[in-house]
Amino acid sequence: MLSYILRRFLYAIPILIGVNLITFTLFFVVNTPDDMARMHLGMKHVKQENIDKWKQNHGYDRPLLFNSEVSGLEKFSQTIFFEKSLSLFLFRFGNSDSGRDIGYDIKQRMWPSFLIALPTLLIGLMINITLALILALFRSTYIDYWGVVICIILISISSMFYIIGGQYLFGKILHLVPISGYEDGWMAIKFTILPVLIGVFSGIGSGTRIYRTLFLEEIEKDYVRTARAKGLSETLVLYRHVLRNALIPILTGVVVVLPTLFMGSLVMEAFFSIPGLGSYTIQAINEQDFSIVRSMVFLGAFLYIIGLLLTDIAYTVVDPRIRLS
Amino acid sequence: MIKRFFLFFLIALLTTGCGDNPLNNPYPVGDASKNILYSSFSSRPKHLDPTSSYSSNEILFNMQVYEPPLQYHFLKRPYQLIPLAASEMPKVTFYDKNDQPLPKTTPADEIAYSLYTITISKGVKYQPHPAFAKNEQGHYLYHHLTENDLHDKFELSDFKQQGSRELVAADYVYQLKRLAHPKIHSPLLGMMTEIIVGLEDYAKQLKVVYQKQIDKNAKKVFFFDLSQHDFEGVTLLGRYRYQIKVKGKYPQFIYWLAMSFFAAMPKEAEQFFNQPGMNEKNLSLDWYPVGTGPYMMAENNPNRRMVLVKNPNFHGEKYPLQGEESDEKRGFLNDTGKSLPFIEKAIYVLEKESIPYWNKFLQGYYDASGVSSDSFDQAIKVSTDGHIGLSSEMKNKGMELNTAVKSSTYYFGFNMLDSVVGGYSDKQRKLRQAISIAIDYEEHVSIFSNGRGIAAQSPLPPGIFGYVEGEKGINSVVYDWVNGRPQRKSIDEAKKLLIASGYPNGVSEKTGKPLILHFDATGSGPEDKARLDWMRKQFKKLNIQLIIRSTTYNRFQEKMREGKIQMFTWGWNADYPDPENFLFLLYGGNSKTKFKGENASNYMSKEFDELFDKMKNMDNGDERLAIIQQCLDVLRKDAPWAWGYHPKSFALHHQWYFNGKPNLMANNTLKYKRIAPVVRQTLRHSWNQPNWFPVILVLGILMFSLIPAIMSYRKRELKSN
Repeated sequence: MLSYILRRFLYAIPILIGVNLITFTLFFVVNTPDDMARMHLGMKHVKQENIDKWKQNHGYDRPLLFNSEVSGLEKFSQTIFFEKSLSLFLFRFGNSDSGRDIGYDIKQRMWPSFLIALPTLLIGLMINITLALILALFRSTYIDYWGVVICIILISISSMFYIIGGQYLFGKILHLVPISGYEDGWMAIKFTILPVLIGVFSGIGSGTRIYRTLFLEEIEKDYVRTARAKGLSETLVLYRHVLRNALIPILTGVVVVLPTLFMGSLVMEAFFSIPGLGSYTIQAINEQDFSIVRSMVFLGAFLYIIGLLLTDIAYTVVDPRIRLS
Repeated sequence: MIKRFFLFFLIALLTTGCGDNPLNNPYPVGDASKNILYSSFSSRPKHLDPTSSYSSNEILFNMQVYEPPLQYHFLKRPYQLIPLAASEMPKVTFYDKNDQPLPKTTPADEIAYSLYTITISKGVKYQPHPAFAKNEQGHYLYHHLTENDLHDKFELSDFKQQGSRELVAADYVYQLKRLAHPKIHSPLLGMMTEIIVGLEDYAKQLKVVYQKQIDKNAKKVFFFDLSQHDFEGVTLLGRYRYQIKVKGKYPQFIYWLAMSFFAAMPKEAEQFFNQPGMNEKNLSLDWYPVGTGPYMMAENNPNRRMVLVKNPNFHGEKYPLQGEESDEKRGFLNDTGKSLPFIEKAIYVLEKESIPYWNKFLQGYYDASGVSSDSFDQAIKVSTDGHIGLSSEMKNKGMELNTAVKSSTYYFGFNMLDSVVGGYSDKQRKLRQAISIAIDYEEHVSIFSNGRGIAAQSPLPPGIFGYVEGEKGINSVVYDWVNGRPQRKSIDEAKKLLIASGYPNGVSEKTGKPLILHFDATGSGPEDKARLDWMRKQFKKLNIQLIIRSTTYNRFQEKMREGKIQMFTWGWNADYPDPENFLFLLYGGNSKTKFKGENASNYMSKEFDELFDKMKNMDNGDERLAIIQQCLDVLRKDAPWAWGYHPKSFALHHQWYFNGKPNLMANNTLKYKRIAPVVRQTLRHSWNQPNWFPVILVLGILMFSLIPAIMSYRKRELKSN
């Protein structure tokens, strides 16, 4: 197992280099260092000397990927790509293009994101599984039929509708929660109730449908038939046998997203003014802050790799037949 | 464990929403009756260092903290400069190339340089700040910190000791030198090198010295003391007096003295922040301004909120005694002579989207708001005669509306270097004139801005010297004066011009091919699509086919720099209220393609340039007004722009918010604002009573709907047993 984990970590290095290279290429296809400088210096009265000075001070005055003016390995090391990427592998994110310490900002912002993502995931999971079990229990009845129809309707509605509708209904009309904002400590609960509620509600359609399918698949298996033949009630069959076996794909699906819970939601955080990592990333993209963008993409990729590794490990825990080698 | 967690959760939930505090109140309960102004910011300010900050979201904070020598009068119009940190208006003297003083009436071309002598007020003190803190021996406490000393310091409040000192002229001299600091990016440096004597060489000289210090210094971060390096452009004359040397005659320089670039910067602040480890903790001048203004920054968390609190050392200022004629009636003179500032604390909350901001404003959680397109119909009622007023919903809430035409212009430009729409021949001119008539900007303002703007007659917006109201002020190429108002010429007139330009009915006389023009635009959203379709429709009136080239803003700018665009729209916000700041957008020497200037149309007219050169250095008066009118006549005839429109600002505020007169030039207006927190608290409470009934109803229905399912389940269970 240990050697497997070590090997997976080694595999991660070329993947992270690749992700970093793709981010770098995509970013600089759209924005040249000159564009970045202009964005930071503003549009008025900016002369080329100001742009050159900004580039020099921020390390964007070198060639992007290949430096033909030097020799040997320096052709690759004296480039923006190399200089900006190397420290990432040591998790030194450095300063943003506007001067703030990215590591500090990430540490500050990951908790609000987590505070919304974790309850959304857990509550959503409980509700979706419960609803899916009910539909499976009443399969081929009007409850199942209408349940699926409602799920499809819920899937078809845009998440923006849930957000704006939720803010309008619970914040503006009913005055039950603040429309947006965030505070530390216990006050945070007040601000996270609505985003969590909306996150859970918007995920019910898809979650319930998927889990229902998993349960129905499981219900058709031989061991379930045997359980029924033993004279067990349908409820016992579902909860004692079907649920336990269907949980394997559910659990492994959840484990993969656990590390990325810190990364936040791009739209939700923007609308609720939650100072999380999702809104941090979207703001950096808008402001053409490459230092933040590359750090967040790197972190996202790394956490996803960790998630996949945890999934593999989770498989061995929930299914003893699986061995990692 | 789970039970305990839920118990805690319930207690927390109840305590956050208990008592008199409405459940949807986003602020702490204890703040409800305090004299706190609530506002927001949508994107975090990048720079709060007065040398670098220029964007409106940066100046919003900076100008409450820093005090330049001058400021705009809060109430008077046209905009008028008055002393702020200066004890009187600067004394301007002119000199010839032999350093001999010249009389004020000397023609501009005979003046070699001007000296601006500025005397600042005595006894002004800086806000409390650790940079000034000293021990008993008189040594600075925090100027020689190691990274280890900083291990528990994350905010300025973590430094226990604070100090202050008197503002002196040397601080202004120091800040002016910072424009050329090799490590700081000032957007103004390029422009100021052309204005302040010796600044260009000074910047080069500092670069060399700085590099030497880098090479010599083992530490990466060090204090680069500019007081050791002087230059000709600025001279310290005494403790409270300094002098700036400006090339030739440049009367507009005085306006720059009302901007934060020319505020005071204490050397101690630079020394304090330029220590190793400070920047890594976001402790820098870019995040913590140090000034003498009415407010100081108490919290800077651009991820969440920014807080300004009253500066206990503020030197004091009184609310203006005079204003415009209508100000008394509108209540803007009710606080005359009272001490400023009125508000104790201003909290700016990060609010990314306009819809939540607007809804919170309606609930009373923000004190003032603009009116966006999304909320326009809800807030504003436009009567059949075009009169703009508040909707009944807003009136019932006791809101007030203030409108003002912004000192901005959004224009439709032609690239004068283009072989079809550019050029200066009579035919080319007539083509542009025809297009100028066809693009109906009155309709544009009505459709896309809900009437929040006025169609432009020239580059000059109302309120700027040179703007003339009435018949005399209209663009006679595009408008006729009918029934006491300008009326756009008919499309038949435009078609006649099109015939004269060699494109009868939109077909080239020469080639017989239809005229196809290209318009570069950056937007790609649904609203942009509607706007572009509308633009296509305007050209269709002349049977001209318009091809829209959508592009990213970066690429658009690149094409503009290279002169590869045929037609475009762009805008300009005034730096200062002088016609020079608008007309220079069409000055040949500022051509974007040729000289990397701000003249995006690349318009070059000898006649206009000569008039501009003559006008730019003149003092306001009849002679200047006449030359400006000549300038405008040339422009209207040549039509390098299709003129566009000047936007209007709509500002709404609640009944507990006072002195909300829009001042589109001044940015330090927070000190004039006043609120009535008790009224606010009462109204917030009555507007935000929670309504649980629908929630209980929905839960009841859900429970009820479960009954058939439970019955069906039981039936099935019974059957199987």
